[in-house]
Amino acid sequence: MTNQVNAPRKAAGRSAAAKSVKSATAAPAKRAPRAKVTKRTPTEVAALTEIYRQMLLIRRFEERAARSYTQALIGGYCHLNLGEEAAVVGLLSALAPTDYLFTNYREHGYAINRGIDPNRVMAELYGRIDGVSKGWGGSMHMFDISHRLLGGYGIVGGQIPLATGAALAIDYRGGSEVVMCTMGDGTTNIGAFHESLNIAALWNLPIVYVIINNRLGMGTTVEKSSAEPELFRRGEAYRIESARVDGLDPLAVAEASAKAVTVARAGRPYLLEVVSERLRGHSVVDPAKYRTEAEIVQLREHDPVVTFGAKLVRERVIDADTMAAIEHEVTARIDEAAAFAEASPTPDVATLFDYTYATPVANDSRRLPGQPLFDPAPLPDPGEDQ
Amino acid sequence: MTTMTYRQALHDTLRAEMLRDENVLLLGEEIGVFEGSYKITAGLLAEFGEKRVRDTPIAEEGFTGAAIGAAMLGLRPVVEIMTINFSLLALDQIVNHAAKIYGMFGGQAKVPLVIRTPGGGGQQLGATHSQNIELYYAFVPGLKVVAPSTPADAKSLLIAAIRDDDPVLFLENLALYNTKGDVPEDDTPAEIGRAAVTRTGRDITLIGYSRMAHVAAQVADQLAASDGLDIEVIDLRSLRPLDRPTIIESVKKTHAAVIVEDDWLTYGIGAEIAATISDGAFDYLDAPVRRVAMAEVPLPYSKPLETAALPSVDDVINAVHQTLDAVGRRHQKVGHD
Repeated sequence: MTNQVNAPRKAAGRSAAAKSVKSATAAPAKRAPRAKVTKRTPTEVAALTEIYRQMLLIRRFEERAARSYTQALIGGYCHLNLGEEAAVVGLLSALAPTDYLFTNYREHGYAINRGIDPNRVMAELYGRIDGVSKGWGGSMHMFDISHRLLGGYGIVGGQIPLATGAALAIDYRGGSEVVMCTMGDGTTNIGAFHESLNIAALWNLPIVYVIINNRLGMGTTVEKSSAEPELFRRGEAYRIESARVDGLDPLAVAEASAKAVTVARAGRPYLLEVVSERLRGHSVVDPAKYRTEAEIVQLREHDPVVTFGAKLVRERVIDADTMAAIEHEVTARIDEAAAFAEASPTPDVATLFDYTYATPVANDSRRLPGQPLFDPAPLPDPGEDQ
Repeated sequence: MTTMTYRQALHDTLRAEMLRDENVLLLGEEIGVFEGSYKITAGLLAEFGEKRVRDTPIAEEGFTGAAIGAAMLGLRPVVEIMTINFSLLALDQIVNHAAKIYGMFGGQAKVPLVIRTPGGGGQQLGATHSQNIELYYAFVPGLKVVAPSTPADAKSLLIAAIRDDDPVLFLENLALYNTKGDVPEDDTPAEIGRAAVTRTGRDITLIGYSRMAHVAAQVADQLAASDGLDIEVIDLRSLRPLDRPTIIESVKKTHAAVIVEDDWLTYGIGAEIAATISDGAFDYLDAPVRRVAMAEVPLPYSKPLETAALPSVDDVINAVHQTLDAVGRRHQKVGHD
């Protein structure tokens, strides 16, 4: 048992969270001293640059999604990963291509970072046939079996029992894959969370549960919704090893994720809390009026993409020209995704009844709203039976 | 053919399907060491081991959801929910997830899952343990809902449900577990979505499912003997999809129908059948379609109260007589015109 029981009890803000990160992870956070420049190998430079590029790709994708949403090119709900870029990139860096990922409805960035073509992710947002879910899922329900993203789920907590079951299937077959299941902070109060952790611990399932704690439900704080606001401690009740990490630092998240995945691959569940930020409202349409001025100022300071980019420049990992080149390349990539999505056809309405059942079944209804159940019947013979 | 109980047919079929396919596993509360609240899984833990017969914590949402997730990866879990009342704790996983996953993701993941669960009241179990709420599931596209009434159907529909790639709610009934019937030796699956005309007749159609299919058959026998009536009986067997053509074909022949259900009347399964008859056989009806259903109360514990609330054979006989009286009046009126 290595639950970090000595972490401070207060968790009101980022500073407290960061403090508990230090006590929660045995090794000190991977942070280069401010003034000194560490000499890095070309491989390290390439890796760090790639992390930044991936974070920026998510950032620009989400900004474009917000714009397309306001242009009514995207319908329904649209929840963005803005502020979560370091968490996404760090977490998924620990997964093998054969591992499985379940997420909640705030998942565009996870889809892209999993390696799914941004064109297809954007096309899904646009409700087009080339979307990852063929236009059936939308923003909240991205799914790609070939990249083992087993869903974006719109119901808070719905993905947790499913992910647990996927881990059961792996264990049943003696496989070496693991499942990662992400959720928001508010989700840890749902019964499905507790039932699933209990089952995973009882059956030694290979799963990493990840809490993305951006400290807000929609507008309700963690402190107002969770009696134990240090959410990673909830693992203790199920004897599940758990830790908390600073979600603005992609390297710290990557390290914590790697450890979690190692534990899971050895056949024990793990609970990782990633303290993150949500730079905008709960969804695109939320103006986030519940934020104070001070919070908004602080949010800018906590922007993980800006912070990590500045750190790389400061530490001379990349120079301004490289930054500009990455920006240019990423923007072009997102432009391409948006153009692809817009050009992709909408699904044929003739396919409306194609996905109700996987096994065709007798008397399945294929009636459109205005159609009668039966074709007008010929009138009975008046002489018959009378 | 072998004569056996409904319980034995379920047990033997589960065992045979587990022997046939390694991907079939059982999950549920008290199904292993305790051998099942109704002993359907007796002996299976000893034979197949803990890996394939899993006692779960009391966590319907958790273990039902886990079964759905395991099904997404290709296992074929059969979940036992102790009674259908407790399935409400898993409603989110069944309705928002099992039923949606295939369509919502554009056909990329199937959910070959069976949820076995008994309904049935009338055993002084009180309001929370006596509900017949299969309607909640029959309402949902993406789910299949079957309700066998005989040991033979229990076998053939369970085989069909396990081999089907969609989530199937398999409705059993506490009062049927000890009933006996002939069961064929072969393992031919039934066709989900098909009703059975279990008795042909010309005077009136009685429609029921699960335990109420037996009540309908009993009434048909009784009225054949006492009144010489020639009653057709339909056992729905499948609630989603609903076999509307079989219902319509029968009513076109008999011109009258009584629906027998032990759920509540308002918005119940019978309401859907009555609407179906109205849509498909309106011009053939000689009397309004009658429904015999439970009184609209939370079912009381005390025996006289409980008995008064549940539909009886006599209630059905009265409804048949009243319907046929209405048919007679109509024919008289038509004759005078």
